[in-house]
Amino acid sequence: MKCQLCGKSATVHLTEIINEQMTELHLCEECAKDKGIAGLGQPFGLQDLLAGLVDFGSAAPADKKNALQCSNCKMSYDDFRKSGRLGCSLCYEVFKESLSPLLKKVHGSLQHIGKGPSIDGDGFDAKKKLQELHLKLQNAIHDEAFEEAARLRDEIKQLEKEIDG
Amino acid sequence: MNLDDLLKQTSGWLKGTGSHSEIIFSSRIRLARNLEKIIFSNLASKAQLMQTLSIVEPALKSLESIKKDGLFLKMEDVSEVNSQLLIERHLISKELISEKNGRAVAISSDETVSIMVNEEDHLRLQVLKPGFSLEDCWKAAEKIDSALEKKLNFAFSAKLGYLTACPTNTGTGMRASVMLHLPALVLTKQINRVIQAIVKLGLTVRGLFGEGTEAAGNFFQISNQVSLGRSEMEIIDNIKRIINQVFEYEQNARQTLSTKNKSKLEDQVWRSYGILKNARIITSSEAIELLSNVRLGFDLGLLKGANQETINELFILTQPAHLQKLEEKTLTANKRDIKRAELIRQKMN
Repeated sequence: MKCQLCGKSATVHLTEIINEQMTELHLCEECAKDKGIAGLGQPFGLQDLLAGLVDFGSAAPADKKNALQCSNCKMSYDDFRKSGRLGCSLCYEVFKESLSPLLKKVHGSLQHIGKGPSIDGDGFDAKKKLQELHLKLQNAIHDEAFEEAARLRDEIKQLEKEIDG
Repeated sequence: MNLDDLLKQTSGWLKGTGSHSEIIFSSRIRLARNLEKIIFSNLASKAQLMQTLSIVEPALKSLESIKKDGLFLKMEDVSEVNSQLLIERHLISKELISEKNGRAVAISSDETVSIMVNEEDHLRLQVLKPGFSLEDCWKAAEKIDSALEKKLNFAFSAKLGYLTACPTNTGTGMRASVMLHLPALVLTKQINRVIQAIVKLGLTVRGLFGEGTEAAGNFFQISNQVSLGRSEMEIIDNIKRIINQVFEYEQNARQTLSTKNKSKLEDQVWRSYGILKNARIITSSEAIELLSNVRLGFDLGLLKGANQETINELFILTQPAHLQKLEEKTLTANKRDIKRAELIRQKMN
């Protein structure tokens, strides 16, 4: 197995589980040291390792990906791959194919739940709340927690009424 | 207020008030926000950085907490020692001054709010409060964010949330952190196991003072890693639950030390107290270690007299830029060690 950062033979293998999503990292001794993963219990940030994760899990053919460039900020796929950082908000659309697996790995999700620009005051937007309830409902059905699912369904109906009314 | 006024006051988050303050130093909410289509700071030219600054400056200056006696500083106008002072007070990051062009910071008069311009993201909004107060921090941050949102067009997608320069912040753009003082877990050698468990639960742990991962003075900062797919309150609830457990572990460890190792503990506290009250030369790292022991002594009721605010404040006042500002001149490392000892003696006697 090769190091995800430099291509040398990987000797340090790391598994992280976030939201039931497994992220595996394979690094050579030097890169691991460089990133501060010297021994067990050494805290480190995923952001330090992003560059190694960009190419990981994206199904798009290499030549197609390499040709990608953001028309707004001129960031190329190669720049993105090397830095793991985006150049502007439009990059999210341009590099979507590589970014989605990366975001999924880091956060275990691809759907924002929480505050958005249209929201005023201190609470949730009803629309976001609705979205959240739908996600919970899906999980409840998946887990066969039917009582919970029925409760969520009622809550959704109630909220939909409030939004419409 | 102006920059020099900072020295005359204790940062709002160092007051030693708030719940759980015997173990929890402070709580912090950070939000990352960017303007739509405008090139992110790391890729932007000087002209583009200036453009971003000119867009956000009026919006920041119109905020209630900044308008009312706050500070707005362009980093190119701030001297090296003053920049260091802001870092030591946790008001800006080291990254903000790696380049001074187009960088700025807005700070509220009580120092609980700071908003960095053109750090990794166009805006980095931080609310820092004493004690275990993540919800209060979030409420304050949310209010400021909403006020800014009325004036600025933030990059946001319904699917991915707030779009940030680094994919690790995408979504809520929120990092919730709690700073804890865990001397008993360190003394009883349980800290590594606790850290490993926290990391397994998807949170990150760092030292609060000192470089990199080293946790000088037994201060640890615990934050969330995930920012997408969970609401702000869910993230806060999750971290709160884990912090409550760490809090309990530390309390139990303190209890164990007080009953089973009483003499040793008392000896360590009183020795530290004695050195701090009498030393003539003291390095920054020694001061932090001894202050940590003394803080524990006060929390356990072994020491009486000085209040927690004084001890908390000394952690910050004894750092290099603060000493040089107090002395109003550049000091060599040796001179700083002498000045540091003098300041501690003066504050503790």
